[in-house]
Amino acid sequence: MTSELDIFVGNTTLIDEDVYRLWLDGYSVGDAVALRVRSGILEQTGATAAVLQSDTMDHYRTFHMLERLLHAPPKLLHQLIYQIPPSRQALLIERYYAFDEAFVREVLGKKLSKGTKKDLDDISTKTGITLKSCRRQFDNFKRVFKVVEEMRGSLVDNVQQHFLLSDRLARDYAAIVFFANNRFETGKKKLQYLSFGDFAFCAELMIQNWTLGAVDSQVDDMDMDLDKEFLQDLKELKVLVADKDLLDLHKSLVCTALRGKLGVFSEMEANFKVCGLIQLLSLGPLQPPVHCPTGQLCSCPGLTSRWRCCPPFARLTGGSLLLNTGELFN
Amino acid sequence: MPGKLKVKIVAGRHLPVMDRASDLTDAFVEVKFGNTTFKTDVYPKSLNPQWNSEWFKFEVDDEDLQDEPLQITVLDHDTYSANDAIGKVYIDIDPLLYSEAATVISGWFPIYDTIHGIRGEINVVVKVDLFNDLNRFRQSSCGVKFFCTTSIPKCYRAVIIHGFVEELVVNEDPEYQWIDRIRTPRASNEARQRLISLMSGELQRKIGLKVLEMRGNAVVGYLQCFDLEGESGLVVRAIGTACTLDKLSSPAAFLPACNSPSKEMKESPLVHPPSHGCRSTHNSPIHTATGSRLTQNFSVSVPTLIYTGMGSGSAGKEGGPFKALLRQQTQSALEQRGGSPHRFCRRREFPFFTLTAFPPGFLVHVGGVVSARSVKLLDRIHNPAFVGIMGNTRSYKLLDWNSFNSDEPETRDAWWAEIRQEIKSHAKALGCHAVVGYSESTSICEEVCILSASGTAAVLNPRFLQDGTVEGCLEQRLEENLPAGCGFCHIPYDELNMPFPAHLTYCYNCRKQKVPDVLFTTIDLPTDATVIGKGCLIQARLCRLKKKAQAEANATAISNLLPFMEYEVHTQLMNKLKLKGMNALFGLRIQITVGENMLMGLASATGVYLAALPTPGGIQIAGKTPNDGSYEQHISHMQKKINDTIAKNKELYEINPPEISEEIIGSPIPEPRQRSRLLRSQSESSDEVTELDLSHGKKDAFVLEIDDTDAMEDVHSLLTDVPPPSGFYSCNTEIMPGINNWTSEIQMFTSVRVIRLSSLNLTNHALNKNFNDLCENLLKSLYFKLRSMIPCCLCHVNFTVSLPEDELIQVTVTAVAITFDKNQALQTTKAHVEKSLQRASTDNEELLQFPLELCSDSLPSHPFPPAKEHLESASSNSGIPAAQRATSVDYSSFADRCSSWIELIKLKAQTIRRGSIKTTVTVEKTSPMGEGNFRNRSAAPCANSTVGVVKMTPLSFIPGAKITKYLGIINMFFIRETTSLREEGGVSGFLHAFIAEVFAMVRAHVAALGGNAVVSYIMKQCVFMENPNKNQAQCLINVSGDAVVFARESELEVVSTQQPAANCQPACTGGEVTT
Repeated sequence: MTSELDIFVGNTTLIDEDVYRLWLDGYSVGDAVALRVRSGILEQTGATAAVLQSDTMDHYRTFHMLERLLHAPPKLLHQLIYQIPPSRQALLIERYYAFDEAFVREVLGKKLSKGTKKDLDDISTKTGITLKSCRRQFDNFKRVFKVVEEMRGSLVDNVQQHFLLSDRLARDYAAIVFFANNRFETGKKKLQYLSFGDFAFCAELMIQNWTLGAVDSQVDDMDMDLDKEFLQDLKELKVLVADKDLLDLHKSLVCTALRGKLGVFSEMEANFKVCGLIQLLSLGPLQPPVHCPTGQLCSCPGLTSRWRCCPPFARLTGGSLLLNTGELFN
Repeated sequence: MPGKLKVKIVAGRHLPVMDRASDLTDAFVEVKFGNTTFKTDVYPKSLNPQWNSEWFKFEVDDEDLQDEPLQITVLDHDTYSANDAIGKVYIDIDPLLYSEAATVISGWFPIYDTIHGIRGEINVVVKVDLFNDLNRFRQSSCGVKFFCTTSIPKCYRAVIIHGFVEELVVNEDPEYQWIDRIRTPRASNEARQRLISLMSGELQRKIGLKVLEMRGNAVVGYLQCFDLEGESGLVVRAIGTACTLDKLSSPAAFLPACNSPSKEMKESPLVHPPSHGCRSTHNSPIHTATGSRLTQNFSVSVPTLIYTGMGSGSAGKEGGPFKALLRQQTQSALEQRGGSPHRFCRRREFPFFTLTAFPPGFLVHVGGVVSARSVKLLDRIHNPAFVGIMGNTRSYKLLDWNSFNSDEPETRDAWWAEIRQEIKSHAKALGCHAVVGYSESTSICEEVCILSASGTAAVLNPRFLQDGTVEGCLEQRLEENLPAGCGFCHIPYDELNMPFPAHLTYCYNCRKQKVPDVLFTTIDLPTDATVIGKGCLIQARLCRLKKKAQAEANATAISNLLPFMEYEVHTQLMNKLKLKGMNALFGLRIQITVGENMLMGLASATGVYLAALPTPGGIQIAGKTPNDGSYEQHISHMQKKINDTIAKNKELYEINPPEISEEIIGSPIPEPRQRSRLLRSQSESSDEVTELDLSHGKKDAFVLEIDDTDAMEDVHSLLTDVPPPSGFYSCNTEIMPGINNWTSEIQMFTSVRVIRLSSLNLTNHALNKNFNDLCENLLKSLYFKLRSMIPCCLCHVNFTVSLPEDELIQVTVTAVAITFDKNQALQTTKAHVEKSLQRASTDNEELLQFPLELCSDSLPSHPFPPAKEHLESASSNSGIPAAQRATSVDYSSFADRCSSWIELIKLKAQTIRRGSIKTTVTVEKTSPMGEGNFRNRSAAPCANSTVGVVKMTPLSFIPGAKITKYLGIINMFFIRETTSLREEGGVSGFLHAFIAEVFAMVRAHVAALGGNAVVSYIMKQCVFMENPNKNQAQCLINVSGDAVVFARESELEVVSTQQPAANCQPACTGGEVTT
């Protein structure tokens, strides 16, 4: 007696969260059944392995059919074939677009091309994430990238609108898209210790301040591409990284100017490089001059008078992150 | 008389890419009704075209309106080659033809293609202007309402129940015509879909005419089936019960009508405390006949024991004359109707009712199950040479394929008439003049067809059957003598002239009349029946191998096997019933399926313990070789196991009847005189089978003799039926006896399994085991899948078996899981009555207020506009949650959201100061787009679902809700075919997707009618054929149900009592009713 066909279709589509997770994690039906058995579900429910197998198959089939719709989440909302309560739809989408920290660190800043996709098996072995799951995550990145690439308007909003992600996840995707578009290499040794969260934070600041959109909100690609002129200008700042003497000089100038004016002065002095970079990220081209506590900054050797303003870096000194972010631009 | 049909094509969405080069589609739409076709303009290069067409107007006969479906075809325009079809939508406009139902059909319909499945959606608006027709000779029957529900629909009252209506229409099956060899599968499938749509329209119209003739206005329990007879054609047949229904217009007078049955039971006026004046007798559980004779049915042998001498005194006591009176009245009522216009009198001679639940007082006594089967050979058809000779029959529309088969319906009619005649005579033998819970079915394999009919013989209260009785369910002259809780169990036949030997006792409830020891019926448990404990699903499963044979030899082989199968099925049922410690079966449905090399029997029923019937005896095991010591030991071990199981089951189903001292009952091993015999009737009812000693004869039915390993296995299999896990109950009736506190969560599902038997050494025994395992595993899987709903009950579990190929067995199950509240189970029934009375008194207000819940996204055809004061009162009294529920109307809450959104922005601005300017810009851009966008932001991105929830249930009610309107019958037939089976995920993937699509199309049609649920949903057919070698598969599905509008009781209560408890209103309910 062999089972030829075995299906269960509910008027409301049944979604088992645990099985969904196993499916997303790329386990085969067999592995998923084994994992479920190990979780003790048979004892809890008094079911047999055959029942579990059939149940898992069924869920996998459902997810497989839903996957097509998950590629364009608004479709999932408007389709008529699967009746799924809104909270479940949200869960399906959010989980589908969730990614592994380990994986995203591997591909962040790489071109989302076929070539990278071929390397996924290496990443899979390295990170211990199944190849299937790697593919899904990679394809998600690529899909989001393709959709929002040419779009006007805020990157985060676009992602959210077209993929119905939560705010947090949409921001993460915006960062991924931004890095992929600008091909910032994040795989360098010096940057290894930085987490995805750190990069996402940088990306957010850069999107806010450095992109074309920061200049004019009506251009295409406004959050994706950096302002070219600004990048040219930015090269000037390279001296601060490249030339240690200049950096020291800059530091002493800034410190002199700020001494006594800043509550967290000593911290700032200790982490000067960090502060400077955060400051840098917060700078934007053509920003209207604002009140600047360190007027001397502008008079630093090698810098043009454009670099006038200064962010409230006292607030940011708490973040001890971005020390080496400057490497990105080398 | 003409009517005007108006159609507007609004837009399409999610269309498939038809032009590979541009990745777009140039779509246009053809709207066809009858022979008239309109076209929209081509909307170039879009997957979401906005046609926004003019109103296409069709001026047509109402006859056509009833028969024809509206056919909408979406095509892709191609300049150089033929236009490609994207897909079709068939819309049955029947619901627009009766005044009370829907007034407009408007909504998104899935565009369906028989090869590709659903490909996008189309938005259509359909209206009908119908001119009043008073022509007496008209052929149309607009205005007759149809219900699939097998009880009087909620919110209607039965004035008169007229009786049985039936009709059948025959045509050649397009799939089996010569042209099919040259046309594409798509064309062939579409031809079939269209034909069946036409035929069911015609059938419905014809039945409607019969109803009008009877001066009824509705058909209840309408059941329409297709027989795909292959080469010999396609039969569409329908049966139903004609009624005159009155709409309960004022909600104050609701009475039982609109509540879920559990409540109804309490409210029904007939509930008086059990007992006084009754008499009694008994019945056999099943009265069956089986027989066959190739093309002609075996002769109908009227049982010798016809009820004689009505008041003969044997019925005992004062009940005797009364019973006689009843019977006379019933009979005269039934005959009277038969006497009207002569062309219908033949049909009216069948006092059958397809209803399974009845108005209080309707059912007086129940005799037992009557069934009849006959094996027929389908003859080859008609010579195509006749083409064109035949002229202008009304059915010319159906003859697109040039066939003429005018003889056919008569042949099929005659077949069914024979069977019905037999059923009628069986009922008579049981002292009954009517058959209730009546249904008909067929099983076809190649040229052999088994026709089956079954029902429950009953004595009815003639009051409902006579014209001119206006006092409906309130009046109760006759029943005054009848005890409510047990009256229906009392035997309707004469004690001394019993049609078969049976064991009778005095009713355990009233102690005045005789009752049988077991009662089998095909109906639902009467609401006033006194039941002890809970019920459970009981199934008997059986396979029999049969030699492959041709034509007559095959039919003979089958008809020889049938009596044995029936006999065994009943033995199994009886044993399992005893094992459960119960004494009555409701909703019994025995399905015999014929295959190439085997016959399958599957009987499902819900077992209960009726307080009026005696406690069942146990099961005793006896060995054939009593001298062997170890063997004896083994036997006693088995006996102990069985006794333990019975005890355990009694505990599980909470069966603890009050001890009754006068009778010796309760011992698990029956006293000889308590053992009953069943199935005697079988031998009397058919000539063919008389030579077989089918009754147990000298043996006792409940002594199982273990004389070989097979018998041993049988006992084992009895014991291996595992009860459902704790928290689960199952039944195949509408509701589970003993549970009455349903909560609102329901999940309807269909599950299909096909197994392949290993062809090696197939024995009856192995086959039985396989089949048994298949069913058991299927049930286990269901319990596992639905475990999150515990405590819950699977209701209306409907198993269908088919044998698509030699070694394949297919089992299809449709059921609904309903959750119930365990804690409330302790609630006394009295409190329940009070509560429901209270509710009844507030009904008036509730009804006015329910639109509030529904209107949050404007429902086009909504029955009532939202009442303004209520809106205000709701928002002011129940605070924010209520206001949020009515977002689209209540601007203050909108403002609330705005402000909270702005706060969110502020937060954002604080974290990234520079960015704040820019973000504000985006806010301005997005905010006009409405709240959908909003919700996106606030981390609940999916709350703006625009697809309304449509509930589906095989039950006639929705727990925790009131059905406020019936919108019309849904009756849909789909074919799906694939030539890329592997690519679509194999057979499972293919069928899974198809069933999901069928559900979607049903839901879309209901939503377009303005409804939010389908009740009495049934999947009547699911024919699946595969050819894995060719990578092909085909499936046909036929579903039906009643589209309704419902409103939640909880919502109504919350609003009307104006409790602050509105907060606990689950968020999902708000979403559920939006469209």
